[in-house]
Formats: sequence, C-alpha cells, structure tokens
Amino acid sequence: MLEVKGLTKRYGKLLAVEDVSFRADHGETVGLLGPNGAGKTTTVSIIAGLLSPDAGEVLIEGQRVESDTDPVKLRIGLVPQDMALYDQLSARDNLTFFGALYSIAGAPARKIITEVLDLVGLSDRADDKVQTFSGGMKRRLNLAAALLHDPQILLLDEPTVGVDPQSRNAIFENLETLKRTGKTLLYTTHYMEEAERLCDRIIIVDHGKVIADDTLSGLHKLLPVTNVLAIGLDCADGFNPDKILALPEVKFVQLEKTTLRVAVHDLSRGAPGILRWLNENGHPYNRVASEQPDLETVFLTLTGRSLRDS
Amino acid sequence: MIPFLALIRKDLKLFLRDRRAVVVGLLVPIVCGSFFGYLFGGHKGIVETSKVPVLVMDQDESEISRALVSELAAEKNLAVQQSTLEAARDAVRKGKATAAIIIPKGFGAEAGRALFRRTTKPEIGLLYDPSHNVEFSMVKGILTGAVMQSVSREMFRGRSGLEMVNQSLVQLENADLPPDDKTALLHLLTGVKEWNERQGNSTTLGGGLSTPYETRDEAITSGKNVEYNGYAHSFAGMGVQFILFMGLDVGITLLMLRQSGLWQRLRAAPLSRATLLGSRAISAALIAGFILFVLFAFARLVFGVHIQGSFAGFLGICAAFCLMTAAFGLMVAALGETVEATRGYSILATLVMVMLGGAWVPTFVFPEWLQKLTVIIPTRWAIDGFDGMTWRGLGFSSALAPIAVLLLFTLLFGTLAVMRFRWRTDE
Repeated sequence: MLEVKGLTKRYGKLLAVEDVSFRADHGETVGLLGPNGAGKTTTVSIIAGLLSPDAGEVLIEGQRVESDTDPVKLRIGLVPQDMALYDQLSARDNLTFFGALYSIAGAPARKIITEVLDLVGLSDRADDKVQTFSGGMKRRLNLAAALLHDPQILLLDEPTVGVDPQSRNAIFENLETLKRTGKTLLYTTHYMEEAERLCDRIIIVDHGKVIADDTLSGLHKLLPVTNVLAIGLDCADGFNPDKILALPEVKFVQLEKTTLRVAVHDLSRGAPGILRWLNENGHPYNRVASEQPDLETVFLTLTGRSLRDS
Repeated sequence: MIPFLALIRKDLKLFLRDRRAVVVGLLVPIVCGSFFGYLFGGHKGIVETSKVPVLVMDQDESEISRALVSELAAEKNLAVQQSTLEAARDAVRKGKATAAIIIPKGFGAEAGRALFRRTTKPEIGLLYDPSHNVEFSMVKGILTGAVMQSVSREMFRGRSGLEMVNQSLVQLENADLPPDDKTALLHLLTGVKEWNERQGNSTTLGGGLSTPYETRDEAITSGKNVEYNGYAHSFAGMGVQFILFMGLDVGITLLMLRQSGLWQRLRAAPLSRATLLGSRAISAALIAGFILFVLFAFARLVFGVHIQGSFAGFLGICAAFCLMTAAFGLMVAALGETVEATRGYSILATLVMVMLGGAWVPTFVFPEWLQKLTVIIPTRWAIDGFDGMTWRGLGFSSALAPIAVLLLFTLLFGTLAVMRFRWRTDE
C-alpha cells in the first residue's frame, strides 16, 4: 500500500506541490490527472525518492524510505517519463543491467528477462539494439525495465507520451495484465481517456493541489451538470463564448475551433434558449448534439479551464 | 557487489560499443604523439631539421669577402643565397629569411688590418627576424667562425695578405720606434712574408685559423648505448592530454545523465552514492588505462619506446594518473551547472593543465618561475614520471613522488566531487 501524507514541495518561489495526500491500496490503479505543470511528476519523483519534500511523507507498506539503499525501495518500480534506456545496447543487455541494479543476476535474471520481454511483446527483438526500436517499442521496454524486481507498487509517469495509438493500446494491455496480478499502479497522465480506461480511482491535481479524489462515477457526481450540448458553428470568428454564460441553465462554455460546448443543468430547458440566442445574434450553426460529461468536463467544472489547454 | 560490477561492465560495454569513437580516441593521440615525437628528436635523437634561410650581400667582392661567402654557403645548417639589400630587407620582414648578412665595401682590407693592428674594425651589417632569436644567435656564431677562418687564411697565404705585409714593412722602416722593438717587428713581418710566399706548396694553416678544440658529445640516457627516444616523451604527453579529455567527457556525460530518465532509474534503485560514483570512477580509470596501454604498446612496436626504468614504477604512475583522471571527471560533473558552461571552462582547465604540465613542449623551455610554478599541476608529475620510467631509465624510488602527488590530487578531486555532487535532481 502507498500512502502519501501532506506532501509539499517548493522550487524557489514556485509552489510545485501543496499539501498533497492520497493512498493507493493493493491491486488498485490510481490515476494522477492534471495538465502539464500541475505537479504530477514532482509528486511521483518524491515517492520514488528522487526529490525530498519540504513537508509531508511517503509510506510504502507503512514504512518511510530512510536511505538510498533502503530495502523498501525494492517495492517500488519507476517508469520515468523520459526514456531511461541505453540506445547502444540491446533490449536484453539493458534489462540485464537494470536487473543487476537490484542484484538480480545469472539464471534467475535470464528467466525474469524472458518473462518481462514476453509480457511487453518484445521477445523477438530481444537482441536488437534499442536504437533500432520505434518509439512505442522503447516505451514498452521502458516499462519492462521497471518490472524486473517484481515491485508491488509501480509508478508510471506519463508512460504513453509520444507513442502511436497501436503502441498505446499495447501498453494499456500490459498494464491491465499487471493490474490483474494485484500490483498497485500510480499512473500520471494528462490524457483523460487513459485515466478513464485504466484507473479505479482518479486524483485530479492542478497548480500542485489535489482538487478531487474519487472513482470515475464519484467524480461524475461532483458535476453540477448532467448534459453537454455540442453545437457546430458555421463560423467562430469573433464569437465570444462568455456571452452564453449569462443565459439561464448554462454552467460553463468552451469553444474549440468551431465546436461550441455548453454544459447545462437541464437540457430541455436550457437548449432552446441557447439555440435561440445564437440565431438572434447572427451565429448560424450546422450541427447540434448532446454529450455525456467526461473527465474533461469534470476538470473544466472544477478549475474553469480545459485540461489540455492549461 | 553485483550492482557495482554491473555499472562498471555497462560503462565499459558502452565505451567499446562505440567503435568509431574508440578508434578516433586512440588514433588522434597516436598521430599527435608520432608528430610531436618526430619534431622533438624522433627515434635515437635523429631528426631532420630544416636549414636556416640566410641572405648574403657581398658589396666588397674582395678575396676575403668571396671566401667568407663560400664558407657560409658550405655550412650545413644554413641555406645561403645572394641577394640585394632591398630584397633582403623585404625577405626578412616577410619571414622568408631569418637573417641577412651585408659585407660592406673594403671589408677584406680593413679586416686584414684589424687582425694585426689597432685600427677601426669593419662592420658587417645584420638584418634579422626578431621572432627567430635562437636561430639568429646560431647564425652569428657561424659567421664569427667563418670570418676568422677566411680572414686569417688570406693573411697567411693570400695575395692581399702579402701586399699588406709589404706595406707594413715599408711603414716600419719610417716608424719612430725603439730599435729593439723595430728589430723584433721586422723579424715577425719578414717571417710572415716568407711564410706567405711558401704557402703555395703547403697545407699548413691552409684553412686559416679555426677553433682550437673539438667536442666529444654524450647523451645521458638510461644507460650506455641506450639512445634518447623523443617518442617516449611525446606519447606520454599526448596520452596525458587525451586521457584528460576522456576524463572531461566522463564528467560531461554524468552531468547529462543527471538530466535524463536514466538517472531517475538509477536513483530509484537501492544503490548507495559510493556505488554510483565509485563505479563510474573505476570504469573511467579502466578506460584511461586501456588508452595508455594501447598508446605505449604502439610506441613500443613502431618507435621502439621501451620502459628503460622501473616497470613497477611505470605501472604505478599509470594507475595513479588514471585514478586522478577519473576523479577529475567526477569533479567536473560535481561542479558543473549546465553542460554547455561546464564544457567550456573544463576544456580551458584541461588545456592549461596539459600545457603547463609539459605535454606539448617539455617544461625546461619554460621561464624559471613558470617551471617552479608548474609543480602544482598534476600533469607535470605524470609526464615527468613517465619520462623518468621510460627514456631516463630511473628506478622505482623516482616513481614514488609522482605516484604520491597524483594520488593526493585524486583524493582532492574525489573529495570535492563527493561533497559537491548534486544527488537529487532538485539540488
């Protein structure tokens, strides 16, 4: 079990993480969702022992990491956001080296390496140099390197950054397999679809603070809206979405290219007024649809900003 | 121990995997060492030096001046060409000639008179390039010898010498001198005249006056019949230089590593700081040792460089220098802020150490104060130590001081590195 209590971290005047607390139980996958610069990587780095907090503590199975060589570190596996591989070495040589850092050598190492390569689907490329791998393959090997010492807790810092959809799907399948084996996963991302698909619980962070911590359904309950009206405008030039906010039932408005998203409490009461206002103010539209609110909507509701634009 | 060895093995593997870098890393010091070795004496101290270009203007065109020009032209260290005053001045200014010798009109007659009497000495004009002071001194020395030889030869056997003696005999008859002095001078000049007249068939003094001694030269090396090998010094110097650059690269790589995901993965593993830094130091020292081994093996096979002194002392200096290099690399990583800035100032520091350590030119050409100052430079000890164990053939006791000093620098650099190294990414 991973327990984070009151973590605070400053970089000079910048408060990167402010009083962050949460826990992740055995077999649980917890998503740390937030825009770039929200404090996700700083939080993960403190948990992994790469940074020291200004306040607060991290407990792994109830124990603090006391030193560089503390055996408690054996229970953590880190998948850094930056690729942590030696390009000039083969996949097998990389894994042999990373295994040796945890004193895994000889026949046991060979067996484990075969297993993890199999898990991430790289057995047939085991002896190829990493520099010949695609971005997605490197990401999978990056994940494999964190599994060699069979850690109970896996810290995944944006493990799908820059990969194609096929490789992303393969990584998700790997993680789902790991989840089934009872491992605790802490997954940071700014992709809401990833958090929705993988995580049992989602912690939304913004400006270093936890602003929500619940299951996906629990987060939806936080929403004061039940529906989102998506309207395709003919032209969005000069359109000021803030004016829509003044209309009855409207909770928030977002304009993305020519698509206007308006969250309303009651669709049947709110939609006619919005469409009428658009007609009367010279903003013709070509499409109207109703959407279920997602994490993006949750983030928008909680912060007033879009997750990806933050 | 498994992680420690794995870290070393990984570093060595990465070094050897980059074959192009390995080849270049070995080839460059070999090429530089071969070149400098050739310049500074080569194998057995034989080196083909270029001749000093000298221009001569004979404005006198007497027997003596012509003989002087011939003497100079015969000198193996000079490349003599006749010229005009204007062309000579221009050539010296442009650096095409090191010196120009102007033999003035009347030089032969005046020089002959000046040999026997107190009279005004003729002036030979010398134009020289001030950037070639050493060569100019040599030219002046050669000129002095050539003038003495050509003037004295003409005085004792030449036509103008005979005329001068005849004139002197006439002047002596009218001179107001004590009778005894007059008689003595008469005997001397008559003797010279007779001697001059008889020289047609004789070779005695035929070459004129020459230096009254010869030298017996003996190079003091490691032993009798063991000749100096300039490649020993140049390979030591270039080895020290390029191994220091390798150490610098270790530091820069470590600095870059700290900014990468690899560093996060290494720090997340249960590894002590001693394991992380110690393994890097040992692998760097092993790579340095490998480079030194290849360099001296090449120097031995191709240029006959031998360890004439203590082999154990040589190994000791190698080991101490390799450790010092590794500690230097770690210190660069510890003190560096950004990669770009660190690369700049550490290259400067390395070049200063190399230059003042005598890797490019031996330290004896430095001014005395600088020679004293350079004892605080570790590379000076390394290069002097290698010289001592190779061509000077010194014993193990002579290696102790360099080894001790290099290990002290290792300790100093290593302590600074451990104290100042920023372990956490936010430090």
